Amino acid sequence: MRSHWQLYLLVIPPLLFFIIFKYVPMANAVLAFKEYNVVKGIWGSPWVGLKYFRMFFDNPIFWTLIRNTLLLSFYQLLAGFPIPIVLALMLNEIGNGRFKRFVQMVTFAPYFISTVVMVSMIMLFMAPRLGFINVALQYFGFEPVNFLGEPGMFRSIYVWSDIWQTAGYAAVIYLAALAGIDPTLYEAAKVDGASRFQKIWHVDLPGILPTITIILILNVGNIMSVGFEKIYLLQNSLNLPTSEVIATYVYSMGLLNANYSFATAVGLLNSVINLILLVTVNSLAKRISNNSIW
Amino acid sequence: MAKSMAAPKSKIRESVGDRIFVFAIYVILSLVLVVVLYPLIYIVSSSISSPAAVVSGKVWLWPVDLSFKGFQTILKTPLIMTGYGNSLFYMSVGTLISVIMTVMLAYPLSRKTFFGRNGILMIVMFTMLFGGGLIPTYLVVRELGMIDSRWALLIPNAIWVWQVIIARSFFQTTIPSELVEASEIDGCSDWRFLASVVIPLSKPILAVLVLMYAVGQWNAYFDALIYLKSDNLYPLQLVLRSIIIQNNSAGAMDISVQVQRAQLAELLKYALIVVATLPVLIIYPFVQRYFVQGMLVGSVKG
Repeated sequence: MRSHWQLYLLVIPPLLFFIIFKYVPMANAVLAFKEYNVVKGIWGSPWVGLKYFRMFFDNPIFWTLIRNTLLLSFYQLLAGFPIPIVLALMLNEIGNGRFKRFVQMVTFAPYFISTVVMVSMIMLFMAPRLGFINVALQYFGFEPVNFLGEPGMFRSIYVWSDIWQTAGYAAVIYLAALAGIDPTLYEAAKVDGASRFQKIWHVDLPGILPTITIILILNVGNIMSVGFEKIYLLQNSLNLPTSEVIATYVYSMGLLNANYSFATAVGLLNSVINLILLVTVNSLAKRISNNSIW
Repeated sequence: MAKSMAAPKSKIRESVGDRIFVFAIYVILSLVLVVVLYPLIYIVSSSISSPAAVVSGKVWLWPVDLSFKGFQTILKTPLIMTGYGNSLFYMSVGTLISVIMTVMLAYPLSRKTFFGRNGILMIVMFTMLFGGGLIPTYLVVRELGMIDSRWALLIPNAIWVWQVIIARSFFQTTIPSELVEASEIDGCSDWRFLASVVIPLSKPILAVLVLMYAVGQWNAYFDALIYLKSDNLYPLQLVLRSIIIQNNSAGAMDISVQVQRAQLAELLKYALIVVATLPVLIIYPFVQRYFVQGMLVGSVKG
């Protein structure tokens, strides 16, 4: 056998990338158990055990953060998970004509809008005075609402704008799964005199169940890591009671207040919970339905 | 609506219930279309209306008093133009680095004779499940002296694991191992094989990689937010954030356009959104299939 030294040489730079930017930070996470000292660096700083974890648990904001993170995630999951499935099932019912392709193209498009632009649009549309939603409300005789300043509205704004942006994209996977269903099953359903709805219920849904399971596992695995990028941009001092989540708290504690050890501890706790969730859901799914991601 | 009703999928006459069912689907999907399209049309219409019309809420669907003042202001604002240039730079150089690095990793991992490929794959995949977190990563980037430099946007997120996975499974399925063996008998080196056989055969997957990295880089703002300090390095997204979300239009505008500044500032926001999004949305219909392909290649393996 020839040696494949050239292949090994190719792999070295990407491997270095993963070591430096992914594995060194994992090692750096010991900072959570140390008192960070700028002069001594991470490894020279003294150990303080669980001090920062305790500090976090004792802080009254702890429960607020957990609550906000979980409520936002579950809202997102409950509303955002079924809609792409329904969209795909509906698109699958209307043949392969122009209308279907047009709907698919249009609903997929917002996926390419950046988070900054998405939040900019939300702010322009919901602006207290000039936003078209308030202009319309006033036109019909209602009082204008400062949507982004209402803590009670934050979660809905976040979740529904996300659905607007990603439902079409998420539906693509289900459409592909639907296209892969054995056509003889439809023939059989037709012979049995099944209505369209019965066909969806007894053929389409069971056919895409493996895909649904896998996407669900992936979504549940992300429950603790709701998107920082969008929440951070939507945040303001008025909606903070509902919009402060673990990720935004880590950012403001760590990078804005330079509380490195504390922020690392909070972040680490979050990653560990996330990993446990993912492993648990995956093994549950494996046992129940034989579908899992590993 | 009537036309669609006249062309059911099967030749067999559909029951009344099924017809109503299909009709309902058409109605719902039409509503979905309106909900998705309206905000987009509204933004574009506003961006080419007169400043006064935008501020007084006269724009509903189509442009009112056609005017291009918003775009003229963008051209006259150095901060925005620098941001645009920076974003083009980050997008092109970043995509180049990312695609090269991804292929360098994915190709060897696709070769069955590559000893240790499962180990390396594990190392790479594990980073999808667990990470050190924001601060530990920030400290590494700081240690490397990349804070407030262009490198910070090009290197620390250069490789996406997902892209490695789809590139690897593409190479595995499209490059037959007989071809590799034949080239080895001919004395062709691994590098030459990659450059003159694999790459030319892999144009579809390269398109997927380029597009996904390019759009990702164009739309990103988070790394710039945490790593950059000087505004002459800011990508467009960060300039957008400061003008639209933080409402800092005052600093962004030339003194010569201070007349009617409040109205213009409002108009500028719409024009900026169009300018930042249009390049992506215009090429999107032509490249949609590559994105779909990318998603599906990756999901085959689950």
